[in-house]
Amino acid sequence: MIRLVGVSKVYASGDRPAVDGLSLDVAEGDIAVLVGPSGCGKTTTLKMINRLIEPSSGTIEVAGRDITSMSPSQLRRSIGYVIQQIGLFPHRTIAENIATVPRLLGWNAGRISRRVDELLEMVDLDLAMRTRYPAELSGGQRQRVGVARALAADPQVMLMDEPFGAVDPIARGRLQDLFLELQQRLRKTIVFVTHDIAEAIRLGDRIAILNVGGILEQYDTPADTLRQPANDFVVDFLGSERGLKRLSLLVIGTVPLEHGPVLAETATVDEARRVMADHGVDWIGVGGDGRLDGWVPAADLDGRHDLSGLSLRRFQSWLTVDASLIDALDVVVTSRTSVAAVFDGDRYLGMLTAEAIARAIVQ
Amino acid sequence: MIEFFGEVSAWLSDPANWSGRDGLPNRLWEHVSVAGVSLMIAGIIALPTGVALGHRGQGGILAVSAVNIGRAVPSFGIVGIAFPITLSLGLRPLGYAATLVALVALALPPMFVNAYTGVRQTDAALVEAARGMGMTERQVLTAVELPLALPVLMAGIRTAAVEVVATATLGAVVGFGGLGRFIIDGFAQRRFEEVFVGGAAVALLAIATETTLGWVQRHSDRSHTARKDRATGPPAGDDVVETVPVG
Repeated sequence: MIRLVGVSKVYASGDRPAVDGLSLDVAEGDIAVLVGPSGCGKTTTLKMINRLIEPSSGTIEVAGRDITSMSPSQLRRSIGYVIQQIGLFPHRTIAENIATVPRLLGWNAGRISRRVDELLEMVDLDLAMRTRYPAELSGGQRQRVGVARALAADPQVMLMDEPFGAVDPIARGRLQDLFLELQQRLRKTIVFVTHDIAEAIRLGDRIAILNVGGILEQYDTPADTLRQPANDFVVDFLGSERGLKRLSLLVIGTVPLEHGPVLAETATVDEARRVMADHGVDWIGVGGDGRLDGWVPAADLDGRHDLSGLSLRRFQSWLTVDASLIDALDVVVTSRTSVAAVFDGDRYLGMLTAEAIARAIVQ
Repeated sequence: MIEFFGEVSAWLSDPANWSGRDGLPNRLWEHVSVAGVSLMIAGIIALPTGVALGHRGQGGILAVSAVNIGRAVPSFGIVGIAFPITLSLGLRPLGYAATLVALVALALPPMFVNAYTGVRQTDAALVEAARGMGMTERQVLTAVELPLALPVLMAGIRTAAVEVVATATLGAVVGFGGLGRFIIDGFAQRRFEEVFVGGAAVALLAIATETTLGWVQRHSDRSHTARKDRATGPPAGDDVVETVPVG
């Protein structure tokens, strides 16, 4: 959908290129995140795609067309653009701000009005906002309007330059959630610039890690980047806790579960003691047939014949199959039993152990 | 003192002073019209130039020079320079032409500088967003930069207008009419009540200009950011741009 071939940008004043022979393909419906330290040319690269900056050499195609084959303003009206400072027009109402590109495209008033309502709803803003001015909104609300404005003419391609960089961490988290939710529905092709590796990992389908001077060090999925960093620069940039960051991307469903020390009510205490010894634990789970009723400590078994009629303790730590491994790890290390029971709805799937999680990290 | 105000009141109640070429209404009209025409000419020259250069971000040095020259050259001096020039160019009527040239020269710097700075200081993020969404250069200027620069532009016009109204008085020195006539002639003939009326009329006219244009300026602010400030009005002297970024 977006293709950069050997794109360079050299400024007359600079002794080295801002971007050096960059080639990059962004598939339709993907979010490609450009990430790197300051001076890595990520914003320059973004602005070359909508011709706010003209490349010194190389070609850029959007939807199969060389971007120099149309006028800059024509091109830009077909691409959504969001910047960190948002740039809402203070002298125009929220509705007028959102309507900017549709008005440039000459839509009629009725169509624009319907589209504005639709967009406000899409970004979770009250319709009463229509007649407000940007100065009356909070930072998070303004950023939502910024996103709505960029989506107004339903562009296939969106360019986003640190769109959530200026809001507080809580609002940023919510905006990221909203963004991913919207993307699930809209499937835009997005180039997203950030300096925050955590944001890149969270949002990107693929991450392009750029080095100073616009050199592409690695372009890969977040999981593969974390598992196999291309070089020392990437390792450095990913920072510490690379394993933990990787866990945040994996869901429990991808890890093989153990049946765990779980027996049916009808099992004998001898059997239970053997299973506990095998697992090296001092407790036994009771259930079966996709059920897990609870657990008892070994001491409760003294003087009994089988596992029926015991007062079972509930598992405090259970997880659903779509939880991330980082959440799972948290549950495992804080639970009394050192395992987490995993459920799919009501159905018991198995036990997740710290060892299984550790194996997933190095896989 | 009481006697003097009696003379002023007598001057004002003399019907001869309210009609004809030398009457107050005609002198007021001469004064207002030469000020208005010179402001219009200066506006036609300075505003588009300042706006265009401000949009492109060129001409900062020109703007700085304009402020400094405008401040350095005294109004009386400009009239003095303008008179022999209009004389040698054969421009008629002589006093009117000299006054007009002097007033245009006086009005140019504040108008140009404020037009330039008003447009130039538009938040760079707004301009980038506007361009990034596909506005043409002209649309960026008319839809974003100009509406937001309007209060600064108006402040320049207001400053120029007040200076021009005050300085038009000097036209009388080079043989032009206007309210300055009363001051010059009254002084020469020791009719001080007439000097007083002329001076008071100029002062009132300047205050009226300042008040009216100040009101227009405040109502031209469409940024919706300073609602509280607007109620109390801008702090004195804050609206005339004094420093200009060079670039």
